Amino acid sequence: MDFLLGLTQLIGVHTILGLSAYVVLLTGQVTIAQAGFFGIGAYIAAMLTTLAGWHIVPAMLVGASVAGVVACIVGFPALRVKGLMLVVATTAFGEFVRLFWFNFDYQIAKGEIMVGPEGGEGFKQIRYFPENGWTTGDVALFIWVILIAIMLALWWMDRSRAGAVLRAVGEDELAAQSVGINLTATKVTAFAVGGFIAGIGGGIYAHYTTHIEHANFSVLLATFAIAYPILGGLTNVTGTLFAVVFIQGILVEGLRFMGDWRNLLFGALIVVAMNVRPRGLIDERVVMIVGRAFSTRKGRADA
Amino acid sequence: MLELKVLSKHFGGVRAVDDLSLAVEKGQIFGLIGPNGSGKSTTVNLICGVFPVTSGRVLLDGKDITRAQPHQTLAAGIARTFQNIRLFGQLTVWQNLWVAQNGLEDRQRENFLRRWMSGNRRARESVEELLEFSGLADKRDALARNLAFGEQRRLELARALSAKPKLLLLDEPAAGMNLEEVGALDDRLRKIQDRGVTILLVEHVMDLVMGVTDRIAVLNFGKKIAEGTPAEIQDDPAVQEAYLGGAGGRRAAAAG
Repeated sequence: MDFLLGLTQLIGVHTILGLSAYVVLLTGQVTIAQAGFFGIGAYIAAMLTTLAGWHIVPAMLVGASVAGVVACIVGFPALRVKGLMLVVATTAFGEFVRLFWFNFDYQIAKGEIMVGPEGGEGFKQIRYFPENGWTTGDVALFIWVILIAIMLALWWMDRSRAGAVLRAVGEDELAAQSVGINLTATKVTAFAVGGFIAGIGGGIYAHYTTHIEHANFSVLLATFAIAYPILGGLTNVTGTLFAVVFIQGILVEGLRFMGDWRNLLFGALIVVAMNVRPRGLIDERVVMIVGRAFSTRKGRADA
Repeated sequence: MLELKVLSKHFGGVRAVDDLSLAVEKGQIFGLIGPNGSGKSTTVNLICGVFPVTSGRVLLDGKDITRAQPHQTLAAGIARTFQNIRLFGQLTVWQNLWVAQNGLEDRQRENFLRRWMSGNRRARESVEELLEFSGLADKRDALARNLAFGEQRRLELARALSAKPKLLLLDEPAAGMNLEEVGALDDRLRKIQDRGVTILLVEHVMDLVMGVTDRIAVLNFGKKIAEGTPAEIQDDPAVQEAYLGGAGGRRAAAAG
């Protein structure tokens, strides 16, 4: 049971991370910076609860806001470049953040022990949940409430004009400009929203693992962050969730019995999935079929 | 209303537009013609702010918009279409028009939320009206990339009209159309003119240009070689030279 709850938590947090990349990918930008924002959210939220004794919700919001503001600041210069150059720029930023935490030392005494980030040793003893009597089930519920709130918000955004504007920029930047869309503002906003969402995910992650270190926020995590929405499809937000379940639930956990062969099959299955479903697990066709099923039940057009 | 003052654009050593001066009057349909590679599309891109100009100025109603970016020139009142259609292919017809509803908020209202709501309502009304105008009402939920060619052209034109522009720049709107479609385009341009929109028409299809325009400028090698009414242009020896004298043939492969 605890294993399943743990998996539920992991899937929740990784979906939040994937959604943070989803927003940015809609504008056609490939970002490797999401692990950096995730790390900023994680460290700041954990410091606020552990060192300053804050409640977790405001701590996470502050952590996420800092990540969002950093995304905004980084976004202005970074989004002047496109494609592979943006990949390089955002990778560099992600590494910068990771190395910052690698070198960051700020410990205070708490009773007998010292707590706080300790450079390469990481940040141990993030004991907010056990100290406040949250069970694993409570934490899983907390994560999923936040995830569902984020998914609903993005679902609404997708269907509002803002979503169409992001997609328009992703499709054709020149055409988007020519209909009056401010490219820089749109991209930087998407980047900042993505940074904020990643920061939320990081804030939860720090608390349920109770121990974070710089290596958690590496390029590997950033790669997962963009792999989820790309594999899941950019048609709507549920694709990212399905991709996380597919990768973390089926490929990582489900294939554990295969031992070392798992990693090999893991890569192969992702390649197969991308070939069979080039526009993602949840593409326009799936959305249309599901939409039609719903509209007949309600007896009216849903879309 | 639109004035180009000794406008130039050099790409390396190529003078794509060379000391071009033009004045388009309000309410006109102004034709801009010339052989391939004569700088017509470059001129459109300079007016819209897609390329930075090398020298010269662009004025709209006396206001200098030379250095404005494309979204700023749109806000100033200039909308455009593209020579090779550039729709948002994965978006529906309705969404293509919806994202283009910019600058329509009711600025009279103080309350931000009210202003936003009324802006949204006006945007929806405007989209409906444009769907009707372009005859695409029954295709509203189709993806733009799945439309027939003529429909894509109509959608792009409707999208350009979305921001209620003062000036519309059309870059070869009749390219690839058959005679019937060109006739329908002719009607549509006159309807747009009746709405008080000034049009700068870059075109190759002579029937359309000669029939619909009030005034024409002819470019060759980035320079203006003639300007006048359609009748004057047809009789101009310099124009005949540019079109028939081989200049067009030699540079036919170059992009417009």
